[in-house]
Amino acid sequence: MDGDKAFRIGLNLTAFLFILFVGITFLSLIIASGPSIKAFGWKFVISTEWDPTAGKFGALPFLTGTLLTSFLALLMSTPLAFSLALFLGIYSRKGLRFAYILDYAVDLLAGIPSVIYGLWALFFLVPVVRWMEIKMNITPFGVGIFTASLVLAIMIIPYISSISKEMVAMVPQDLLEAGMALGATDWEVVKNIIVPYCLSGFYAGILLGLGRALGETMAVTMVIGNFNGMPKDLFSPGNTMASVIANEFAEAVGDLHLSSLIQIGLWLFLVNVIVNLVGQVIVRKVSIRR
Amino acid sequence: MSTRARRIKDRIFKATILSLSLLTLLPLLLILITIISKGYSAISLDFFTKLPTPPGDPGGGILNSIVGSLLLIAIAVVISVPTGVGLGLYLSETRGPWASLVEILINTLQGIPSIVVGILAYLWIVKPLGGFSALSGGVALAIIMLPTVARATQETLIRLPTSLKEAGLSLGASYTRTIWKVILPSAMPGILSGVLLGVARIAGETAPLLFTAFGNPYLNLNPLKPVDAVPLLVFNYAMSPYSDWHQKAWGASLVLMVFILGINITIRKGPWKRR
Repeated sequence: MDGDKAFRIGLNLTAFLFILFVGITFLSLIIASGPSIKAFGWKFVISTEWDPTAGKFGALPFLTGTLLTSFLALLMSTPLAFSLALFLGIYSRKGLRFAYILDYAVDLLAGIPSVIYGLWALFFLVPVVRWMEIKMNITPFGVGIFTASLVLAIMIIPYISSISKEMVAMVPQDLLEAGMALGATDWEVVKNIIVPYCLSGFYAGILLGLGRALGETMAVTMVIGNFNGMPKDLFSPGNTMASVIANEFAEAVGDLHLSSLIQIGLWLFLVNVIVNLVGQVIVRKVSIRR
Repeated sequence: MSTRARRIKDRIFKATILSLSLLTLLPLLLILITIISKGYSAISLDFFTKLPTPPGDPGGGILNSIVGSLLLIAIAVVISVPTGVGLGLYLSETRGPWASLVEILINTLQGIPSIVVGILAYLWIVKPLGGFSALSGGVALAIIMLPTVARATQETLIRLPTSLKEAGLSLGASYTRTIWKVILPSAMPGILSGVLLGVARIAGETAPLLFTAFGNPYLNLNPLKPVDAVPLLVFNYAMSPYSDWHQKAWGASLVLMVFILGINITIRKGPWKRR
């Protein structure tokens, strides 16, 4: 039975090394951001000045850019994603063929690489937004916070809808039948039974979408305009935490610049881990309830 | 409320969710149509077999990035499949706080932005080796792929009937032998589909390659030297000011989409159907 013991030990070792690996991930980010943390402290997140040649690094414009684009994207995609989840959840249950096709299409949307979203946005959305800006009589950049939010919104729809759809599909059949037996219309069933039942799952879907939006890099980098100052309004160019790393990391001027970019990565990592953990807790609670 | 009012409300609701659902199809259709119509004309035999030409020079292809992508994917698969299957096996064979911790960490790893994974590969491999390399890009992609493989393995193993394992053990086979000869072979279709899903995911990853694989206009098979990748080429060409490079970016996008959609369709329709 020695072979068995060795095998068991091997499995446990894999798990242990994995835990160690995640720990090292976090540690190496902290160590590498050390010089920047030491040099700027809390000023790093409240200063708006980012000047690599002068050695001044403040990340507030990028924090602002990330928060603005992510929340705008959520605002635009949530109604769409929930409609989709309700439609798919209710009608694929009733065996509607079209619902299956739609479901498949949304899955495809999730599989498109972000650089292709970026390419499409650059040559399709940017001209559209520029045309809009000319009509609205503001500086027609075309690129900027709004365009980035638009492409982000499209990208995160499948993430919000897939988990919400699963929740809708998990509503017990007898609850729905009870509602219908009482003469409730589909809308009344949705409002009084499905939505209350799925609420926490919907929150988890939003969190998942938010996590994805916060860390999304390529598509945003290609259409946000890569401007390192504070964005003046929703249509002005900007930068997000992820896009500034993508733009400047390979050509960083000096160690402090690199370390500051890594510190932005550290924040991105932490925020994502927190958003993710909260989402996991919600999903776990919901699945235990069933 | 009268029945009539309720009916009207119901109609409005149905019309709203139907039209909003259809609206989500619009971007997908637009993206597919644009890629196919713009990418189609860029594609020829040369596109797959020639190296890039400078902007303005007609002809040339993306051979360097196709080879680079395959090299990166190969490195990622070699690293992530054994570790991922091992973790999945551990999770399905173990209960308790450690298993929960590993599960939570796997889910967390899946949520880490890919650009941060790129930073890690830079710190661990590019910096010590003193230069950009295919190896560092492959490691970054392996980290991104690992959770997909681990979870696919775990999910497949959990769904196998316990009678399989009992049959193996009751025939006198040792635990290890049962796992190797009975459990893993029965789980193979599920694991394979997980690996394919992971490959589909990393094939389009760009952000973690920006400062690891870096890109290379020449053909390279040395894992310690920089390589190009198809998504990286799409990014660099799209951001360039040259219209013939834009054209090639569309062509490369079409190639990438066909590859990724092909995998997705294989997983659903093939002998290793998921779910």
